[in-house]
Amino acid sequence: MTEAASNKTCIVIGASHAGVNFAFALRRNGWAGEILVYDSDPELPYHRPPLSKGYLSAQDNSQLDLLFPKENYESENITLNLGKKVIAIDKLLKTIELSGGSKQGYDTLVLASGARPIVPKIDGLQGAKNVFSLRTFGHTVGIQRALLASVNKRVVIIGGGYIGLETAASLKKAGANVVVLEREKRVLERVTAPEMSVFFKDLHHANGVDLLTSKNVISIENSSGVSTVICDDKTSYEADVIVVGVGIEVNTELAAQAGLELENGIKVSTSAKTNDAHIYAIGDCTFHYNQHYKRYIRLESVQNAVDQAKVAAAAICGNEVNYDVIPWFWSDQYDVKLQMVGLSQGYNNVIKRIELGNEKCQSVWYFRDDDLLAVDAVNNGKAYVLGTRFIKGKQILDKSKLKDVSIPIKPTSFLLD
Amino acid sequence: MTKITFITQDNESIIVEGNSGNVMELAVQNKIKGIEGNCGGVCSCATCHVHVQPEDWDRVGAPSTLESDMLEFDDHVSEYSRLCCQINVDDTIDGIVLKVAN
Ligand SMILES: Cc1cc2nc3c(=O)[nH]c(=O)nc-3n(C[C@H](O)[C@H](O)[C@H](O)COP(=O)(O)OP(=O)(O)OC[C@H]3O[C@@H](n4cnc5c(N)ncnc54)[C@H](O)[C@@H]3O)c2cc1C
Ligand code: FES
Repeated sequence: MTEAASNKTCIVIGASHAGVNFAFALRRNGWAGEILVYDSDPELPYHRPPLSKGYLSAQDNSQLDLLFPKENYESENITLNLGKKVIAIDKLLKTIELSGGSKQGYDTLVLASGARPIVPKIDGLQGAKNVFSLRTFGHTVGIQRALLASVNKRVVIIGGGYIGLETAASLKKAGANVVVLEREKRVLERVTAPEMSVFFKDLHHANGVDLLTSKNVISIENSSGVSTVICDDKTSYEADVIVVGVGIEVNTELAAQAGLELENGIKVSTSAKTNDAHIYAIGDCTFHYNQHYKRYIRLESVQNAVDQAKVAAAAICGNEVNYDVIPWFWSDQYDVKLQMVGLSQGYNNVIKRIELGNEKCQSVWYFRDDDLLAVDAVNNGKAYVLGTRFIKGKQILDKSKLKDVSIPIKPTSFLLD
Repeated sequence: MTKITFITQDNESIIVEGNSGNVMELAVQNKIKGIEGNCGGVCSCATCHVHVQPEDWDRVGAPSTLESDMLEFDDHVSEYSRLCCQINVDDTIDGIVLKVAN
């Protein structure tokens, strides 16, 4: 078995959810050679989801949520090269080049280069002080410092997606006055049904966050430390801190330069292989085939990063496995936990349930005709777990029963007679 | 130091020690097979499912509503199921035995 050869080198670009889980999985699969992981981020690899959640509202942030303790990398002989940016891949010579010029050869290369926040074209954004994206630990620290240093603690968040809304909830909890400006007619438009958007809008209003929709930000004016965020409807909002959360773009430069196939991300097979036999790609940076939904998709989730990492590790060690999963995701805002399973895109009817006696326990079930595509569950682990089971099993449900909240959520409650 | 014994699906018994954080973190640090902790310990992923020994149940305590909702319809649930990211490592659980559910 070639993978047992100890003179082989596997290089991983990106030390986050995908890259790090891949490195450990590769060892578990029996890779005996070197594993070299590179990341431009200097921090020991950490969980990203808490950056916009608990971490942002916490008072004491001395403790990062590490993916694994340092000792585990040492004991598994995984070499972390942090603060090191890879600037080129030579797929013919099978080498990578680091900024500074040094080169390193590989037998197998794994791109886990993820994504970066989109910087929207807004006049004055570039020069504005106290404007932050939120993707890295450094960003979180920057936001907290800026907030601490400001007297009025006025935060304007541009973008009402998950990161924008979580950031709003966390900064509100940390004592800020928060305004969210969303360009579309409703928040979370890209990812949920209108029912969910309404739920979250109400939730934020109830918690004192100004969540405004149809607000297209066109410019930012700065004078003496305070910024004014201006929308195309001529409204304006003063801000001490601005957080921009309008989506991400995939880090595909290396892949493009190496001539790998790209299409809304790095295109990979169900075993995470690119069109170069020695190069794999995993996580947020990939455009991959989902067998359940029968189409190519790009995901931004921990689930996809971790599961694709395992698939690539197995494939590289000669244990072919097929990537075949139902995507899942979660979001925590205030005391509300949202859990999503499946892909709702293409739905043409939904059923919404509010459980009896508990209006904070809700679920939205997305169907295309009679096929259950996805479930969004709010404080409702049962709907989430059973939704997962029904989607996986392609279970046809009795919608009249599902609609009837006097019937509790149980494995057999909604089956056809 | 609090001692915890994990028994994996392969029937391997591993004793680990810790004095802070939650049990999932301790399991991940010690590479316990079947405990992944994908959500980082916020009760969202159920990749940290364990079965508590009946005699230890009272010391470990019952799950919250959110957690029991996640467990109730899990394929591997038992009446002693817990998501171990929701269990703090402290003296009260010294010596417990946890069977990894996956
Ligand atoms: C604030 C926030 C909250 C989130 N909340 C959730 C959540 O609740 N649930 C959920 O499922 N997902 C959540 N996500 C998404 C999740 O974090 C991502 O899907 C996940 O991080 C993807 O992992 P990845 O390893 O593929 O990519 P990334 O995490 O983007 O990591 C890629 C790494 O590659 C490095 N890199 C890129 N190019 C180079 C180069 N040329 N040289 C060296 N290094 C390079 C980068 O520095 C980076 O560290 C959240 C994300 C953010 C930012
Ligand atoms: S680690 Fe995700 S539920 Fe425990």
